[in-house]
Amino acid sequence: MRRRDFLKAAGLAAVSLPLALPAAAFAETAAEGTFARPATVLSAGRWAMVIDTRKMASPAMQRKVITACHAWHNVPSFTGPQEVKWLWGAAYAAAFPEQALDPPPEALASRSFLLLCNHCENPPCVRVCPTGATFKRDDGIVVMDYHRCIGCRSCMAGCPYGARSFNFTDPRPGVPSPNLEYPMRASGVVEKCTFCAERLQRGALPLCVEASEGGILFGDLLDAASPVRKALEAGLALRRKPGLGTGPGVYYIL
Amino acid sequence: MPETRLHSSTAFKIWIAGLLLLVFAGTAVYVCQLVHGLGVTDLSRDVSWGFYIAQFSFLGGVAATPLILLIPACCHGFVPFRKILVCAMFMAVAATISATLIIIVDLGQPRRALNVILHPSPSSLMFWDMVTLTAYLVLSLAVGRIGLACEKNGIEPPRWMIVPVYALGLAALATRIVGAFLFSGLPGRHYWHTAILAPRFLASAFSTGPALLLLMLFVLRRLTGFDAGRQAVRGLASITAYAMAANVLFFLFELFTVLYGQAPGPMHTVTYLFFGHDGQGAWINGWMWFASAAALLSLALLLPSGLRDNETLLPFALALVVAANWIDKGLSFMIGGFTPNPFGTITGYAPSLAEIAVGLGIVALGLVILSCLVRTALPAGEQTGP
Amino acid sequence: MMYNKRYIIPGILVFALACSFPFLLNATSEPYTRPALKLPPGERACIEPTSLMRTDHMRILNEWRDAAVRDGKRVYVASDGKVWEASLQNTCMRCHANREQFCGACHNAVSARPDCWSCHIAPETPGAVRISGGGKLP
Repeated sequence: MRRRDFLKAAGLAAVSLPLALPAAAFAETAAEGTFARPATVLSAGRWAMVIDTRKMASPAMQRKVITACHAWHNVPSFTGPQEVKWLWGAAYAAAFPEQALDPPPEALASRSFLLLCNHCENPPCVRVCPTGATFKRDDGIVVMDYHRCIGCRSCMAGCPYGARSFNFTDPRPGVPSPNLEYPMRASGVVEKCTFCAERLQRGALPLCVEASEGGILFGDLLDAASPVRKALEAGLALRRKPGLGTGPGVYYIL
Repeated sequence: MPETRLHSSTAFKIWIAGLLLLVFAGTAVYVCQLVHGLGVTDLSRDVSWGFYIAQFSFLGGVAATPLILLIPACCHGFVPFRKILVCAMFMAVAATISATLIIIVDLGQPRRALNVILHPSPSSLMFWDMVTLTAYLVLSLAVGRIGLACEKNGIEPPRWMIVPVYALGLAALATRIVGAFLFSGLPGRHYWHTAILAPRFLASAFSTGPALLLLMLFVLRRLTGFDAGRQAVRGLASITAYAMAANVLFFLFELFTVLYGQAPGPMHTVTYLFFGHDGQGAWINGWMWFASAAALLSLALLLPSGLRDNETLLPFALALVVAANWIDKGLSFMIGGFTPNPFGTITGYAPSLAEIAVGLGIVALGLVILSCLVRTALPAGEQTGP
Repeated sequence: MMYNKRYIIPGILVFALACSFPFLLNATSEPYTRPALKLPPGERACIEPTSLMRTDHMRILNEWRDAAVRDGKRVYVASDGKVWEASLQNTCMRCHANREQFCGACHNAVSARPDCWSCHIAPETPGAVRISGGGKLP
């Protein structure tokens, strides 16, 4: 064997070794036990939310629902352009750009609108995610697997609603008293509202809905008897940026 | 083999040492970013991609350079380009490595980067970016290596070489198109969500690449006496001229659609880039006007063949092309995409010192790779030269 | 005959030394003893037999993670038929109420650094609270 051939063979072996190893490592066996959905779970064909902006306009009410959400989910209380938020209030023109009336009616111009992830029917963030870290469940909820997120922020560029936040730094300094019932996030991953998927498992409605005293409704969009469908029958509602074809699951009654 | 200034002089060592210094500085700042997170950048909730991804777009264009030479050299039998094909291939290798690194430094969780392979998602263009870049890097290394060996031994490349060469061309095209689709497929980002984006990416790559290659060849001629030949220089200069003309035209088409159509979202971006917002200027405005002037001046110097053949003017015109295209892709492209933000308002962004240091370090590493590749390969080119 | 003997032989020696360094270092240091774990008072058994938990807890945790987060299956029926919530913070750490004394004892001894705790919150975290009203599973 010539030296050149030896080096070639050695190089090939060195390259193929790390390729062969993961295959062996990932050949996992099944768990000893089995997994099941909890009996308490609330299920729906398509979860949706209706926000009655007239009832949710007062700063005290907004603070109440936002605190209920952020305190439970360990959302850090940073301020400034690198802040993290799941649920927040925004002015009429910011909530509905290119859709807002000009001049705006006084009642709307002074009102604050609650914004959150729209849990789209056709979510661009899911389409662009390179690892499947963000995905849409069968019940329409768009969730994130923080274990898998590589922090490429494609989903933030893809989301036309600005619903996603990135952990530019370690969130811990922003959460002085973390809630042991729910995890936090690591520096370098994206996070957003989950429609309280973990509470639906336990048979409870989302925290903001519970704290809203009837101002926020939650239910199955495919069920004509659900509170969201009844509310949409009763009054005129808007969705944000309807022209983009994302099919938002959050409706606003003006 | 004549000893050239590239091989013997201490100037080469100083050049490499200087670059390595930048690489080390960039690495040190990156370690700082690893510890403190991407908080060291000026990125924000509303402007979530910036200097890093912008450099990725620009370097991806540089990486596509060999395609410009392959089509005339292999499909149309244009012999003068064969001699400089290797140089273009080296530029591509260096640029591809830099582009890959810059994607990795942009990640919030770089340790998990391999999740892209462990959990492949064919609907994601970031995934296809990874696929095309990897394929392109492997192909250009293979083709460059075989081509160089053939040249060294004075034999014709084997006939089957045509397969990897065509694959390389397709991969180069694919990296650019996928690179554009990464942005043009996003709804609600007015500056990106346009079909002209992929053609613009191709035109800017096909003008930046040959311009940089020509500038490099001029430097090599000064340092080593390596002459690419008059025909090759003329060919590259014409390609630069026409590709740049297409690039400028495409941008003007986009401007027409936006300014005549007057849809508020796209208008907002363009007026912000050139005039700022609400009478408040933005730092990018000056750069945009400079880039526009540089692009038009470069066309004035490149399109008339009399001026283009003037080799004193040519480097200046080429530098203008590179500068204009760098400002377009490497600076304003991200700001345009994220302005206005999803709420119709403005969130400012200017690359932080940390971002610039890390970006510079990565480009310096690319230059080290390029310099070393050219240095080892050049004698081979010399022997078969005219 | 051999080329570059001057470089190759010292090179091989350095390589061999570098590869065997961990073993050499280990031979001179005191032998490894299994750390004493602080087990939860009053509890007799974990979700699965101790021997399995000792060797496979990391795999089981990964399976819990994927079932709970990705498939929405948050209930784990163990091999003995007992039912648990698949949750690191709400099941494991309710019994093993101190990360440093339980997880840390072995992980530190063997220099394993899993990144569970970059997101999950250790029970002993200063200021940590349990906000009630979340409901309980199963």
